[in-house]
Amino acid sequence: MAESVLDVRHLTVSFSTYAGRVQAVRDISFSLGRGETLALVGESGCGKSVTCRSIMGLLAKNAQVEGGEILFEGKNLLHLSNRAMREIRGGKIAMIFQDPMTSLDPTMKIGRQIAEAVRLHRPVTRAAAKLRAVELLEMVGIEEPEKRYHQYPHAFSGGQRQRIVIAIALAADPRVLIADEPTTALDVTMQAQILDLIKDIQKRTDTSVIFITHDLGVVANVADRVAVMYAGRIIEVGLSDEVFYDPRHPYTWGLLASMPTLAAKDETLYAIPGTPPTLIDPAPGDAFAPRNPWALEADRLAEPPLFPVSETHAAATWLLDARAPHVEPPENIALRAQAFRKKLSERSAAL
Amino acid sequence: MMKRNKEMTKAVSLVPDSAFVPCKPGETEAEPPLPRALSFLEDSWRKLRRNKAAVVTMILLLVIAALAFLAPVIAPFDPNEQHLSWKNLPPKWPHVSIDGLNGTTLFRGRRVDSYALAKVPEGQYFLFGTDEFGRDLLSRCLWGTRISLMIALVAALLDLSIGIAYGLFSGMKGGRWDHVLQRILEILSGIPSLVLVVLMLLIFEPGISSIILAMTISSWIPMARVVRAETLKIKQMEYVQAARALGATDAKIALSHVLPNISGIVIVRAMFSIPSAIFFETFLSFLGVGMKIPNASIGTLLNGGYKVFRLYPYQMFIPAVILCVIMLSFNLFADGLRDVFDPKMKEG
Amino acid sequence: MKRWSLYIGRRLLHMVLTIGIIASVTFFLMNALPGTPYNNQDRLTAAQLDMLNRKYGFDQPLLQRYVSYLKNILHGDFGISLQFSDQPVSMLLSQRIGPSMQLGLQAVVFGTAMGVLLGVLAAMHQNRFLDVFCSLFAITGRSVPNFVVAVLLQYIFAVALNWLPIGLWNDGFRSTVLPTLALSISPMAESCRFIRTEMVEVLSSDYIELARAKGMSEIRIAFSHGLRNALIPLITVLGPMTVSLMTGSLVVENIFAIPGIGEQFTKSILSNDYYTIMAVTILFSALLVTVIFLTDILYQIIDPRIRAEGAK
Repeated sequence: MAESVLDVRHLTVSFSTYAGRVQAVRDISFSLGRGETLALVGESGCGKSVTCRSIMGLLAKNAQVEGGEILFEGKNLLHLSNRAMREIRGGKIAMIFQDPMTSLDPTMKIGRQIAEAVRLHRPVTRAAAKLRAVELLEMVGIEEPEKRYHQYPHAFSGGQRQRIVIAIALAADPRVLIADEPTTALDVTMQAQILDLIKDIQKRTDTSVIFITHDLGVVANVADRVAVMYAGRIIEVGLSDEVFYDPRHPYTWGLLASMPTLAAKDETLYAIPGTPPTLIDPAPGDAFAPRNPWALEADRLAEPPLFPVSETHAAATWLLDARAPHVEPPENIALRAQAFRKKLSERSAAL
Repeated sequence: MMKRNKEMTKAVSLVPDSAFVPCKPGETEAEPPLPRALSFLEDSWRKLRRNKAAVVTMILLLVIAALAFLAPVIAPFDPNEQHLSWKNLPPKWPHVSIDGLNGTTLFRGRRVDSYALAKVPEGQYFLFGTDEFGRDLLSRCLWGTRISLMIALVAALLDLSIGIAYGLFSGMKGGRWDHVLQRILEILSGIPSLVLVVLMLLIFEPGISSIILAMTISSWIPMARVVRAETLKIKQMEYVQAARALGATDAKIALSHVLPNISGIVIVRAMFSIPSAIFFETFLSFLGVGMKIPNASIGTLLNGGYKVFRLYPYQMFIPAVILCVIMLSFNLFADGLRDVFDPKMKEG
Repeated sequence: MKRWSLYIGRRLLHMVLTIGIIASVTFFLMNALPGTPYNNQDRLTAAQLDMLNRKYGFDQPLLQRYVSYLKNILHGDFGISLQFSDQPVSMLLSQRIGPSMQLGLQAVVFGTAMGVLLGVLAAMHQNRFLDVFCSLFAITGRSVPNFVVAVLLQYIFAVALNWLPIGLWNDGFRSTVLPTLALSISPMAESCRFIRTEMVEVLSSDYIELARAKGMSEIRIAFSHGLRNALIPLITVLGPMTVSLMTGSLVVENIFAIPGIGEQFTKSILSNDYYTIMAVTILFSALLVTVIFLTDILYQIIDPRIRAEGAK
């Protein structure tokens, strides 16, 4: 694995609400390599956004980080002062938000919003910042950037606005780009364009990307590695191919089975039964157990640790314990795995 | 990696071998039941109770209202009984010897016992002092509060009913009716309400009912606007469309669907219109076009106090404090109610 | 652009119509007043009354007087004051408009500036001490009538401390301080509260989050992005603010003995001075209607979102 840029270790975050303490993120660890794209996947409320907000230092006021560390360039971001954190934010680590319709200031010309981001992190003149902003606009694919520099957000479509948001994020050449469901609010054709844009920029600038999404289909196209989150924990992590073709956690099976494929025609989409648990005083054991058709007694006793599957692949399920009964994954998942293994062996044979 | 492996082995060793059997279906733990849903009133009350200012002011208002209501019983004197030799006596409290509350006045740099000078019998106390006609200010304040509160309540009630009726009608009818009624509102709201009230007061015979009437003439307008806007919104809701499809008449829809849904907003508005009515009454009486003397209201007390306030400041400050406490309580309480019923409303 | 001028034209027409209707209503209301407009009416004989009525044209039929009144207004003639030595009302008022305008402007500028500042601070320190303090201040400002504030200020700073003149309009700026303060309380409270609510909403919006993600400091966010968005809707409260200023000026001018419109109006009310009352009513209404009109237009010009819709 390439040198790691960002290391999250044992991060635990909770929110105090009037109903009680919500444990939104529970002891998660991952690292992000240079130029790598890591996808955080999970349904809403699983803690993926909270994780990224912790990295950005943008947690809500009622949130507290209870433990762990976030290492970036040798420093623990959780211990930085506000001022130092401001330099990281936008400068070294930038973020793209979910809804482009609301993430731009409606009363400020978009050019100024970009130039503002440039000047926050670089000691340049107003004119130079403007030049850079126009350059950025061009880079993210806005046509006639000089003219559009002077327009307000309402003059742009959703896709264009997301491009502008991306331009703002790129203003200071960040090392890490966090994209929080950047395509969820866009229609399908736009989605593909924005994904291409992010991929393209990443290739050119060697930026590392954390890609948050609930859509595995999006992940397949962009991610090098995937971490699947459930109820505040990472329950399976591995290279994209490993998670897609050889998933080990029943939750990942469920996620994959609920994805439409072009191959099968009259299939009914699978839905994982039940709803995610509330994270106020979670019961002992595996949080997914109540929805898990393959649940073991062990799931009710203790939370499963991440069992390594390969050097890069691990999953948190007792099914991977040596003592567990052998369980066949659902049919279509098994077929995928077969195809994957065949591909792998072909590849190694070719080598 | 090593550390992690160790942790993992530990976690794994904690789980007995016997646990590695599939759960029987239905044996997995049931989701904990969601907390019981609160009814609208329960929920409102719970939220209101958390707002300390609202609770305190509510209690304060209840006390003030009780005092005002009981004025005829608890007032120590007849509020209009004059006793000219006892005029302009400062407040005197039994067993209190703080200057200002012990019946003395500063006269040429010396404290003089005004009560002794006026030959007030020992044991006779005027807690708030007396005015220029020797009337007991405490009694006048009690009666004055009573009248001011009454005027405010009736005025609020009136503009509530007119506003709701107008707004509901305009909103439910829609079309040309709505258009005409809205234009009328627009014109009416172009007249500064104070000027309108003053004009009305000039025309009517002075008195409580004309003050109430004059105030109502302008104050129902905002209420009508809010009710209309809400009615239009609710009219579009699917459940109303459904009711209409089932043959419900306009009147039925207005009463059983629209009204209950706007009640929160209406209550909040009404709470805000009470202090503004009190303000109007004091304002008008202060100007000299409101309540006619000798009847006490907070406004006339202020007016009377203002005339002599350089000499006897307490005659102005006591009613001023009472007015401020009442206004503040109503506003804070209404704020609390608004947070409960209509958190999105911006204007008071 | 054509839609725009059409819109403005329609609004202008509405405005003129509204003022016209208000003038008419006032006219008929005033004529329904009991008593006569003469200050010594008790001592007048029937013959004298007759003579006076003839002199001032009160013997003519109502409708005829109404028509000529409206005609005269168009020429800026509001009749003559029957109480104040037969001066033309327009002259009487034009002498008095200066102090009222000055006070009003000073109060609006000072009040809104302070209110906005407090509101922003409150929103930035949501639910902490400063916020509670500002909210309390705002609600007190709303609860305590400005004439009470005026009397208090007068008592403290003029009577007790003797720092500032107790009243009148003869000491330049010094004599405007206390009345301005008294008048500015309500715009201050109103804008403080308004800006706080707006700011709280704006500060929780996505684009503020984006500004934070850019690495901006909270203060810069509040003033460059937050205030920018919160100030625009403040225009909409300018109307109510004008009303509260006019209301305030009625008594505050009286308390400080300032020769302004408000003081004149109070005097006229107490003496049934028909034409002056009518003129002030029309003046106040015109002011209010104009402010509402201007704020509507201004709002649409300033907010780029609405501007875009208007152009479509």
